[in-house]
Amino acid sequence: MNTISLEEKAKQIRADILKMLYTCQSGHPGGSLSCVEMLMAIYYKTANIDPKNPKMETRDRIVLSKGHASPTLYAILADLGFFPREDLWHLRQIDSHLQGHPDMNKTPGVDVNTGSLGQGISVAVGMALAAKHKKEDYQIYAIVGDGEIQEGLVWEAAMAAAHYKLDNLIVMLDHNGLQIDGSNDEVMSLGDICEKYKAFGFECYKVDGHDIDAITYAIKAPISGKPKFICCETHKGHGVSFMSDQFGWHGKAPSKEEYERAVAELGVEL
Amino acid sequence: MGQSLRVAYGEALRDLGAENDKIVVLDADLAHATMTSIFKEAYPDRFYNFGIAETNMMCAAAGFSHSGLIPFVSTFALFGAGRAYEQIRNSISYVNANVKLCLSHSGLCVGEDGGSHQSIEDIALMRVLPGMTIFVPCDPAEMKKAVRAASEINGPVYIRVARPICEDITTEDTPFIPGKANIIRDGKDVCIIAAGLMIPEAMQAARVLEKDGIDAAVVNMHTIKPIDSECVLQMAAKCKAIVTAEEHSIIGGLGSAVAEILAGKSDVKFSRVGVNDMFGKSGKPQDLFNAYGLNAENIINHCKSLLSKEI
Repeated sequence: MNTISLEEKAKQIRADILKMLYTCQSGHPGGSLSCVEMLMAIYYKTANIDPKNPKMETRDRIVLSKGHASPTLYAILADLGFFPREDLWHLRQIDSHLQGHPDMNKTPGVDVNTGSLGQGISVAVGMALAAKHKKEDYQIYAIVGDGEIQEGLVWEAAMAAAHYKLDNLIVMLDHNGLQIDGSNDEVMSLGDICEKYKAFGFECYKVDGHDIDAITYAIKAPISGKPKFICCETHKGHGVSFMSDQFGWHGKAPSKEEYERAVAELGVEL
Repeated sequence: MGQSLRVAYGEALRDLGAENDKIVVLDADLAHATMTSIFKEAYPDRFYNFGIAETNMMCAAAGFSHSGLIPFVSTFALFGAGRAYEQIRNSISYVNANVKLCLSHSGLCVGEDGGSHQSIEDIALMRVLPGMTIFVPCDPAEMKKAVRAASEINGPVYIRVARPICEDITTEDTPFIPGKANIIRDGKDVCIIAAGLMIPEAMQAARVLEKDGIDAAVVNMHTIKPIDSECVLQMAAKCKAIVTAEEHSIIGGLGSAVAEILAGKSDVKFSRVGVNDMFGKSGKPQDLFNAYGLNAENIINHCKSLLSKEI
C-alpha cells in the first residue's frame, strides 16, 4: 500500500470529487471542495471508525449536516475502503448506492441521512444525548455549512446541546462565506458566529479550515461539560483557481474543459 | 367508566417503560398536557424535555432511534405533524427511523383554544409518508394496545391522541391487530366506517337507524395506514352504502383512504362525514362537533340520503 502525505491525498480527493461531478454532470463542487480538510481531519486523524465494520457500536458518529457536500464524504469513504472506489463514478445515477445526498440505508459508512439543511445537526444532538443516556463515550461530529446556519433549527439544536451539556458533540462550521445567491452578508448576515455559539454555551475555536493539523488540534482539545464549536475558515471551491471563492460554483458541474483544467491544476493522475 | 385518552397514553407509556428499558420519552414543554408526565414521574432518567422547539425534538428523536433506543415523542398534533412535518418526513420517515409519534390534542376536540390549535390535517400529512403506520384509538383500552403495538413495530408510527374523556367501547379482550379493522356491529344496509372519537357517534347513529328499520354496520378503523382494504371491500359488497366518519378534514383522512380503496373496485354508494374543508374555531368540543356535523345526527342523515338514492 502506498503511503502518501495528507497533502497529496487532499489533492486526490479533490480530483475524485471533480471526476464524480463531471461524470454525472450534476452536484455541488464549491461546498464539497471547501470541506475536504475538515473531513480529512476527522476521518484520517481523529475519529474511531472501522471500514470493515461500519456499524460498530462504539464508533464515533459523523454527520455531514451540509449533505450537498456528499462527494467529499464519498471520496473519503471509498479511499478508506468502506466501498469500492469504482462506485464513485456512479454518483447520482439510478441504481447507485451513492445518492445526491447521504443515505445511511444505502451507503456503508454514512451515519445519518442529511441534505435538508439544519436537520443533520439536530439528529446529531439526539445521537449525542443518546450516547450520554447509554453511558457510551463515543464522539459525535456534525459538519454544518454557513448558509445552513440560517436555519432556525440549527439554533434549536444548539440550545439543546448546551442544555444537556453535550461535551461529546463537536460542531464544525465550513465557513466559506458563500451560498447559492451570493455571500452570506448579501443574502442573510450571520454576524459574529463564534460569539453567537459562545452565547449559546459552546466552547469555541477558530481555525484555518484548510490546515488539517490546526483542525485536528481543535478537535482534540479537551473539553468538559459543554459542546464544542469549531469555526473552520475555508474557501469555497478551494484548490481549483477558477472555482475558488466563486458562489457561481455552488451547484454547477464542470464542463469537459473545466474538468480537465481543474485536474491539471491539482496535478493528479486519474 | 371512561378515561381521557391522553391519561391512558401516559399510563401505557409507564407500563411499557417498566418492561422495556429502551423506551425513552421526548416532549416539548407539554408533558402535563400530553400526559407524558406520568412516564416522567416513574422514569425521570428516560424523559427528555426539548423545550418549545418541536422541529429539533423530531430530529433528535431520530438520533435516539439511530442509537438503538425507542423514542416516543409527544406534543400537540398540529405542532408535531404540522410544524415539524418536514423533519418527520426527512429525518424519520425517509430513513424508516424507529420513532413513535404520539401527538395529542388532535381535531376539534381541543375546543376552546380554537382553530390555531385544532389539527384537522395531521392524518392527511402522515398518510402520504411511505412506511408510516397510523393508529387512531377510540378509547383507553384501545390506546393502551396501540402504544404497545407501536413499540413492537420496527419503524415510524403515528398515534393520534384525543383530549377528552372517552367512554369505554372496547374491552381488554378486544383484539387490536394493526391493519385489521374491527367490525363492532354487523349490518347489511349501510356500513359506517369510523375511527377515534367518531366511534361512539357511529354506534349511536346505528342504534337510531335500527329503530327506523335500517340495519347499519359499524367498523372501527383503528389503523388508518396500512388500511384494511379487504374489510372495506367486503362491507362494500355486503351493504348498499358506506359512510365514513372522522374528526378530521374530509380531505386526506379516513374518508379519502376508503374512497381510494373503493374507486374502480366498487359501485357502492359512498359519502364522508368530517370537517368540510374549513378550519375549526373556539367553542366547547360538543358544540363544535354539532356545529361541524361530527355527530350521530349527521351520520344518520348521510346514511339515509345514500339509501334513499339507492331506491
